[in-house]
Amino acid sequence: MRRVRAADMPQVIALDARITKLTKADYWNDVFGRYGKRRLHERFFLVAESRNGPADVRVLGFIIGEIRAWEFGSTPCGWVFALSVEPEMRLRNVGTALFDAIAGEFKMAGVSKMRTMVARDARLPMMFFRGEGMMAGPYLQLEKDLD
Amino acid sequence: MKLQISTRLAIFAVLELAGRDGRQLSVADIGEKYGVSSHHLAKVMHVMGRAGLVRSVRGAGGGYQFAGNARRTTLLDVVQLFEDSSTVEHDAGIAGATPESQALSEVLGEIDDIARATLGSITIATMRKLVDRRGERSKTASSRRRN
Repeated sequence: MRRVRAADMPQVIALDARITKLTKADYWNDVFGRYGKRRLHERFFLVAESRNGPADVRVLGFIIGEIRAWEFGSTPCGWVFALSVEPEMRLRNVGTALFDAIAGEFKMAGVSKMRTMVARDARLPMMFFRGEGMMAGPYLQLEKDLD
Repeated sequence: MKLQISTRLAIFAVLELAGRDGRQLSVADIGEKYGVSSHHLAKVMHVMGRAGLVRSVRGAGGGYQFAGNARRTTLLDVVQLFEDSSTVEHDAGIAGATPESQALSEVLGEIDDIARATLGSITIATMRKLVDRRGERSKTASSRRRN
């Protein structure tokens, strides 16, 4: 478990494309610029890797989050907004290791609460976060169609 | 949210069986813990057996085993076997298709969606963790009371 490096980005982009069926290289390179290089004391882009020698590094998954404190007066919390694990590596605790790693970073950064937002029908991520002990928080996400 | 007695029994039974690492439990054992008749519980177990959530083990010392994947089976999978998910539509439909009943239906539908998403995101494994955590808290509290 470690912070992301520029050399990981092709694998991160490919992993996301395999899961979402969309290739978003520009988006991920932008995310790397913002979360992998700047304000690293409050932004965390972590990867889980398997290593078979110095030249054979495989990214098994990644998690991204930051310290946020802007939702209607909420106190600072650790906010997770991306998590992905190689499908064939699921149910092997890679997600849990990533979750624990970013939780540790948040704690060291001085926050005591961790939050995320998941689509109601996204069963797999919902089950995962619940399994890590996350419960419904005090905020409800609201939206409106703009006619 | 209220659940029927059969639904609650089914959840308790699955939690008991999933916490026993493949070892079986008799209907009488589960019934005794929750203070219900073996007859009622046997009906519940039969429904869950047909759904593939539990399997019966015949012979001396026979009983039931959990047959699902605890990290993929959710509370919703159990609840759906015993609860009528169309209750909300029926209730809102009493007044016909008036704007008032449609508006009420929309709000009740939102509640229903949230309940469904919550039940669909809590796996049996997650519930076992919650149960264990509660058990530890109770133990700590009672040992504090003794000291």
